[in-house]
Amino acid sequence: MQVEKDQDVVPFRNRVKEFAVKIKMGLVNQTKLITAASELVRNMLKYANGGEIEIEIISRGRDNGVKLTFKDKGPGILDIKLAMQDGYSTGKSLGLGLPGAKRLVSEFDIKSILGQGTTITVIKWANG
Amino acid sequence: MDRIPILRMGHFLLVTIQVDLYDRLALNLEADLVQMVSKTSAQGVLIDISAVSIVDSFMGRIIGNIASMCKIMDAHTVVVGMQPAVAITLIELGLPLKGVYTALDVQKGMNLLTSMIGSQGEDEDEEEDDFDS
Repeated sequence: MQVEKDQDVVPFRNRVKEFAVKIKMGLVNQTKLITAASELVRNMLKYANGGEIEIEIISRGRDNGVKLTFKDKGPGILDIKLAMQDGYSTGKSLGLGLPGAKRLVSEFDIKSILGQGTTITVIKWANG
Repeated sequence: MDRIPILRMGHFLLVTIQVDLYDRLALNLEADLVQMVSKTSAQGVLIDISAVSIVDSFMGRIIGNIASMCKIMDAHTVVVGMQPAVAITLIELGLPLKGVYTALDVQKGMNLLTSMIGSQGEDEDEEEDDFDS
């Protein structure tokens, strides 16, 4: 799913919700996943003018989960460790997006190459 | 352009957010509310978010901004009706909404606003007001 402007955020969140409902994720976990997704998509719009997001359902044993892959071709992140710290932001925001999103999901992976872009993968298990 | 309606009720302004806010809408609401506070010299603002299922850091910041802006415009802000899942998510996200008054429902929020405005007129002889009574 392609995301390019502010108005794409709400439809994207609704898509994530559909997937979460499909695997019978609980309401709290759904809310956490969608909020994390919302933070990440916002980062993507703000720093990289949008990008591409893949939503898929994965399973591990008897547990199902939603996996989101955010790919952008933005400027990349200079210091990932620093970007993952609470309260650090190069923009004018609160600096909660990345660390906050990480706390809300089960698994979080970030790869960034300066000048080429950033890929963030998150997984939220239905029961985790 | 879409706007969130702001209702006037006596000294208060009432905002019920019934749709998922996208950024533009939230920013409009912020600007509209401050304008309305100034125009109607409202003393309190009640924001009902019971229909909002997602509050991310941006929305949280808007809510915080509204409260701070209204405060320097001499109006109190109370946010009511937050869903439990939203509260859990906000705290885990690291956004405790400091400085924003909250109440469980519209009725309690109204009581809170009324008592805040009531206590303003009197001399501050009590340090803590019991808002729940």
